[in-house]
Amino acid sequence: MVTADPPQPLLQMQGIVKVFPGARALDGVDLEVLPGEVHCLLGQNGAGKSTLIKVLAGAHQPTEGQILLDGEPITISDPVTALRYGVATMYQELDVVDGLTVAENVYLGHELATAGFSQRREAVRRTREILRRLGHAEVSPTQEVGHLSAAGKQIVSMARALSHDARVIIMDEPSAVLDSEEVGNLFRVVKELTKAGVAVVYISHRLEEIREIGDRITVLKDGRTVAQNLPVSETPTQKLITLMTGRTVEYVFPEAPETSDDAPVVLDVEGLGLRGVFEDVSLQVRAGEIVGLAGLVGAGRSEIIETIYGARRATAGTVTVDSKRLRPGSVAAAVDAGIGLAPEERKSQGLLLDEPVYRNVTLSTFARFARGGLLDERAERRAAKEQADSLELRPAGVERPIRTLSGGNQQKAMLARWLVHGCRVLLLDEPTRGVDVGARAEIYALIRRLADGGAAVVVVSSEIPEVLGLADRVLVVSEGRVVHEGPSSSIDEHQVLDMVMEGSVA
Amino acid sequence: MSEQQVSASVPTNKPDADESARVEKAASERRKSGFMSGAAGRNVGLVVALLLLCVVGFATGGERFLSLSNLMTILSLGSVLGVVAIGMTFVITTGGIDLSVGSVLGLASVWATTLATQSYGWVVMVICALAVGVGAGLLNGLIIAYGRVVAFIATLAMLVAARGLAELIAQKRTQIVDVPAFNDVFKGNILGVPKIVWIFAIVAVLGWFLFNRTTFGRRTVAVGGNAEAARLAGIKVKRHLVYVYALSGLTAGIAGVMILARTSAGSSTNGLLLELDVIAAVVVGGTLLAGGRGTIVGTVLGVLIFTTLTNVFIINNIDSSVQQIAKGAIIVGAVLLQQRLTRRTT
Repeated sequence: MVTADPPQPLLQMQGIVKVFPGARALDGVDLEVLPGEVHCLLGQNGAGKSTLIKVLAGAHQPTEGQILLDGEPITISDPVTALRYGVATMYQELDVVDGLTVAENVYLGHELATAGFSQRREAVRRTREILRRLGHAEVSPTQEVGHLSAAGKQIVSMARALSHDARVIIMDEPSAVLDSEEVGNLFRVVKELTKAGVAVVYISHRLEEIREIGDRITVLKDGRTVAQNLPVSETPTQKLITLMTGRTVEYVFPEAPETSDDAPVVLDVEGLGLRGVFEDVSLQVRAGEIVGLAGLVGAGRSEIIETIYGARRATAGTVTVDSKRLRPGSVAAAVDAGIGLAPEERKSQGLLLDEPVYRNVTLSTFARFARGGLLDERAERRAAKEQADSLELRPAGVERPIRTLSGGNQQKAMLARWLVHGCRVLLLDEPTRGVDVGARAEIYALIRRLADGGAAVVVVSSEIPEVLGLADRVLVVSEGRVVHEGPSSSIDEHQVLDMVMEGSVA
Repeated sequence: MSEQQVSASVPTNKPDADESARVEKAASERRKSGFMSGAAGRNVGLVVALLLLCVVGFATGGERFLSLSNLMTILSLGSVLGVVAIGMTFVITTGGIDLSVGSVLGLASVWATTLATQSYGWVVMVICALAVGVGAGLLNGLIIAYGRVVAFIATLAMLVAARGLAELIAQKRTQIVDVPAFNDVFKGNILGVPKIVWIFAIVAVLGWFLFNRTTFGRRTVAVGGNAEAARLAGIKVKRHLVYVYALSGLTAGIAGVMILARTSAGSSTNGLLLELDVIAAVVVGGTLLAGGRGTIVGTVLGVLIFTTLTNVFIINNIDSSVQQIAKGAIIVGAVLLQQRLTRRTT
């Protein structure tokens, strides 16, 4: 031993396992954070980062494993306990209350008070002090948070973490809501914090940021730690990407038949744009073809298909179905033209949870079954039952509330809706989210069957292997632009990840 | 949607006896699991409450309560409330609220009884009242759906404005109906039942049909259950909201005509605070304030419970202040029950 002993780790997680009903979200995670370091957590969507954060924040209890603080085992039973131990979390969605002032937000949940009377002046004074420490003396503690920019809200969120005397601050994609100048500011604050001995666990998809701010990296994959404490300066990007990719879970994708070049173009999108979100997106999808959109969360993938669908009003470009141009910003027009969407948030955007399955299936077609405005529920049931049977919906039967079905079967019901409608174009946003592994293969086969039936299919997914395995052609989206288009067989997960993570700097 | 479920298990389901038997079993299990919590169970609960109320009425009022004439009194008092409540059921099922119904009713009754309107005869009077109602409702709907003003505020504004307009037109005077033909058409009985009760019955049946058997009703439930899902399924949500508020206005207009039939007087104070009783009756009936679930049968029962309660109190010479306390207690009880129901299903 030539070098001095490494410093005592501030926070350690050892063999953390978290089991949810039907899923092992974490399956042996190790993490070691030193005081004063920026420790980066890297992993693809679904690798378990969010669950890990929630375990640290006290929102979830680990099923197995232990957490050590200063070498002492601790139990983080709830968020208040986490804060008492000095573990503060800044969530990706800014968790501030718009209607309250900066000081009120900072001391939210641990208001300074004597005998129930809030000590507003003291809170304001201390908030001002923290803000000065963060280098943001220009933010007034008495200002209403609703008036602040996203960056300002983040400062408030950080001030809140510091008001707890945090020793470990977890930042979940803090740069996602910031522009480049604000990111610079964020980094300066992070550096000051670490100089004072605070440890920062930094989660980001942007490798260039990690290069700039990080000290060491831990890589998660499929709920496990696959590499620990890699020094940022000495680890090549290629190695990181290799660690993140490659699945232990094998997906079974259906055989893709050749799409003939003379199949008619069903969906034709020309120069579509939505100001500030994405621009100049063009794509053609032929009958029988599956086109995938790959990219990171927030790259604009969902926005693109929602705009094609008319759920958002395009600021540029046109959408044509079967050489008929669609009226922009009208879902009804899109549905009439034969486009169907299975939205990302199935429960909040797709389903009437308390209504029976058949009414969910016929939600876009009940008027067609009706005669003169009179519902024909028998015909609806029959049509829904027919599709449910052919999709092997479980449990069978269409009378039960759709709430009682599993995620995979709810997704099948969504697909059944558009099968009953007889869609020409199907837009599928994260079709396997919340669907367990077994049911995935079924959904994939189903999507392929729909394409074989002559539909033009567009699939969006955060899981790159899914897009590559399912689609005939793939478009890679990064920061609102299409950076690559080509057959899915000519590109691999590695290259796609390379494009979306590094492509943004080019 | 208790009505719906009842009809679902009627033997129209021939294809799969097994399936329908299972649905039946599930439904009965639901009833067993909580007598008051299932959709059908709720209506049974309301009927039981109504019957209990009648027993109390008979025990305390005897013949004075349980006579044909008193029954008709209850029904005709409930008719005006009931017609408006049918429209309100649609509005609340979409997750909205219409506070303006009482004022719109007043305005309709005033506009239909101006000297000018009366000079054209009873048909024009009726058309005028209905048009006022639909017009106010359309305006509510447009402001809510396209102006994105929350329903509470938009209809609160209409409540204030319509009442003001009614006062302006009537000059705060009572306008007596002076068209004999109007009285001939709307006053009196058919088969011993007051005509306005018939109107309530017809509106209730049409409302039930519209709610449960038409695309309009399906859209109403869909919009209230999940407006975003409805929109993404291709339903024109905004347009539908406008129709629903117009429908509510229409029922207020019909109720305006009924008030004229009952009192022969168009006054800007007609329908004062009616909106509160209407909302209470709808909510007690089992329609969820959060939207997505409504029941016309429940609304009718809610209306009957409220009017019977009032009647029992009056027969027993109980102070109207006490009546109000009792009503308040009933509303709270019903809402507590509702919350239990929603918690169970979410």
